[in-house]
Amino acid sequence: MNVFKKTLTAAAVTAALLPVQAVQAGEVEVLHWWTAGGEARAAAALKEMMEEQGHTWKDFAVAGGGGEAAMTVLKTRAVSGNPPAAAQIKGLDIREWAKLGFLTSLDDVAEANNWNQLVPPVIADVMKYEGEYVAVPVNVHRVNWLWANPDVLEDAGLSVPKTLDEFYQAAEKLEAAGVIPLAHGGQPWQDATVFEAVALAVMGPEEYAKAFVKHDMEVINSALMEEVFTEFAKVMSYVDDNAAGRDWNTATGMVIRGEAAMQIMGDWAKGEFTAAGLTPGEDYICAPAPGTTGEFTFNVDSFAMFSLSDEENSEAQKDLARTILEPEFQTVFNKAKGSIPVRTDMDMSGFDACAQASMDTFKSSADDGGLVPSFAHGLATTSYVQGQIFDVVTNFVNSDDKDPVRATDQLAAAIQAAL
Amino acid sequence: MEHIQRHPARVARASSRLLDGLQRWLPKLVVAPTFVLVGIGIYGYMLWTGVLSFTSSSFLPVYDFVGFDQYAKLMSNDRWLTASVNLGIFGGLFILSCLLIGVVLAIFLDQKIRQEGAIRTIYLYPMALSMIVTGTVWKWILNPSLGLEKLMHDWGWTSFSFDWLVNSDMAIYTIVMAAVWQASGFVMALFLAGLRGVDSSIIRAARVDGASLPLIYWKIILPSLRPVFFSAVMVLAHIAIKSFDLVMAMTAGGPGYSTDLPAVFMYAHTFTRGQMGLGSASAMLMLGAILALIVPYLYSELREKRHD
Repeated sequence: MNVFKKTLTAAAVTAALLPVQAVQAGEVEVLHWWTAGGEARAAAALKEMMEEQGHTWKDFAVAGGGGEAAMTVLKTRAVSGNPPAAAQIKGLDIREWAKLGFLTSLDDVAEANNWNQLVPPVIADVMKYEGEYVAVPVNVHRVNWLWANPDVLEDAGLSVPKTLDEFYQAAEKLEAAGVIPLAHGGQPWQDATVFEAVALAVMGPEEYAKAFVKHDMEVINSALMEEVFTEFAKVMSYVDDNAAGRDWNTATGMVIRGEAAMQIMGDWAKGEFTAAGLTPGEDYICAPAPGTTGEFTFNVDSFAMFSLSDEENSEAQKDLARTILEPEFQTVFNKAKGSIPVRTDMDMSGFDACAQASMDTFKSSADDGGLVPSFAHGLATTSYVQGQIFDVVTNFVNSDDKDPVRATDQLAAAIQAAL
Repeated sequence: MEHIQRHPARVARASSRLLDGLQRWLPKLVVAPTFVLVGIGIYGYMLWTGVLSFTSSSFLPVYDFVGFDQYAKLMSNDRWLTASVNLGIFGGLFILSCLLIGVVLAIFLDQKIRQEGAIRTIYLYPMALSMIVTGTVWKWILNPSLGLEKLMHDWGWTSFSFDWLVNSDMAIYTIVMAAVWQASGFVMALFLAGLRGVDSSIIRAARVDGASLPLIYWKIILPSLRPVFFSAVMVLAHIAIKSFDLVMAMTAGGPGYSTDLPAVFMYAHTFTRGQMGLGSASAMLMLGAILALIVPYLYSELREKRHD
């Protein structure tokens, strides 16, 4: 009995001596699908930082890259009234969850930590519902990258193409030299990723935003959109015949091995080059997708925060939100994942050349309006409109005649039906 | 029963009443959980899906009724039309090919050959694989840069070309090939069992009358296997309608959405695109298709029973 009492006293004393934060220690349950490689390391870093603050981290990892399985689990949990504190929800789906009243406002954390100054408004908009923050951005991926194998380009006497016309000329030469000009995987989201880069190149950021963010029917059903489809068909004609169903990393592998010269893909492709032991700028080139220099299509991962009833857990949840945007986590996480920090005031010296270039464009495009959300990755539209666009785009690529006029009509009809 | 009740001992009477009660309730008690599970798990959710198909549910169920809007949307959806046409092609070819191959194999195996057991096992074995495995293997075999076509090129036959898997007009037929490979052994087993059940005296009688073997099969044996045909068609038809994993493994609906089947469409819209209402509507139409097959079948079966 005596020993027990002593232990109790000791425990009480220790508790009193612990730092202030630990007194309001709570538990954060975090749903994510970062279960492999660099992503898993990134998630572990966040867990460590939360535990340093005295909170308990309850990992709720559901494997499956696209997060489909995770979303199904999340829906079940949310409907049964027992949601996790934070869940990895992206883009416009945040708004859908907020509309159903599941999310909690983070405005006090945002104000205390100056989020409005730190995060570019276009991205902050995605995180807000009715003017209040309901989610925290974790990182920024640039989608409109062109990855190239410098040796292959050199052998053909070429430099990196900066415009679509230069790209076509280069592709002709590469094809003549027996190299696949563009590595690509024929999956709907990859088709849409290339389509998006071409659309940005042809339309420019303003018209792009009108079409794919605001769904302005006059822009969607226009001669300009027909031109987008025409150019897109031309770009896709330089893809090899066996692309159907190929995964994106297999396509990146083709560039690494020199079987193909270039690939249009987001900056997660960097992970494949890094894993192959290559150095950016020397062994591989990252350049803006043809015709989109100075423009930036962003894909932002984020955590949406759910309404919780437990006071201590809500405190822990707010600490989580704050920690995510702190420079320390932003650095660790983004180095591991290959993306760039969402804060524009970060010191980028420890990052690689591609990430630094990405950050420069991120800042400049945030000022001049060249920063647009990626619809291929759910940042511009709800999953339904996105799905409808995917259907039209992928159907166009796989049709025999590739008629841009019909595709434009279909796109307009599909988006109209989805609104 | 009466014999027990006339028994003088009271104890025995009490215990016999207990037994009696148990006897009456036990079967009901044993099947009750199954009934409840089936009632809720199958019919309850069927009803719920039906209700959802009349709502505007997006990624969570909401009960905001919109009448037949989702069905109207579905009917004007290009992808749904593609999926329906594909189901027609896939279902038709799959059922016919399986029946044809199954019957022929069964007849060959029925010729009292050596090692029949081993051969039967070999043909039946694909059924033991899951559709995911079948799909993945066939994807590798048919992939032009990996499988058959590459092999032929490596062997020097460079003009050989077989690109159906990546050709959006032909890809659906590759799914048929894989599915037939998987299921025809099972059909063979069904028919083999049927063939063994045919009364051999009829066959002998036909032989005595001078009928040739093909004629005996065509005119006597196969017509007597009508119930087996029905069962096989029922099983194959519902495999075809609910077919999902094979497509996901082989093509994931691609190239484009050229190999979409209704089940793939339903899954994509309900669970990944946040269109639960539309997805439910498509699920109800699939249910309708299955009912259209099963109801006449059950009707004919039950009617025949009454004649007996």
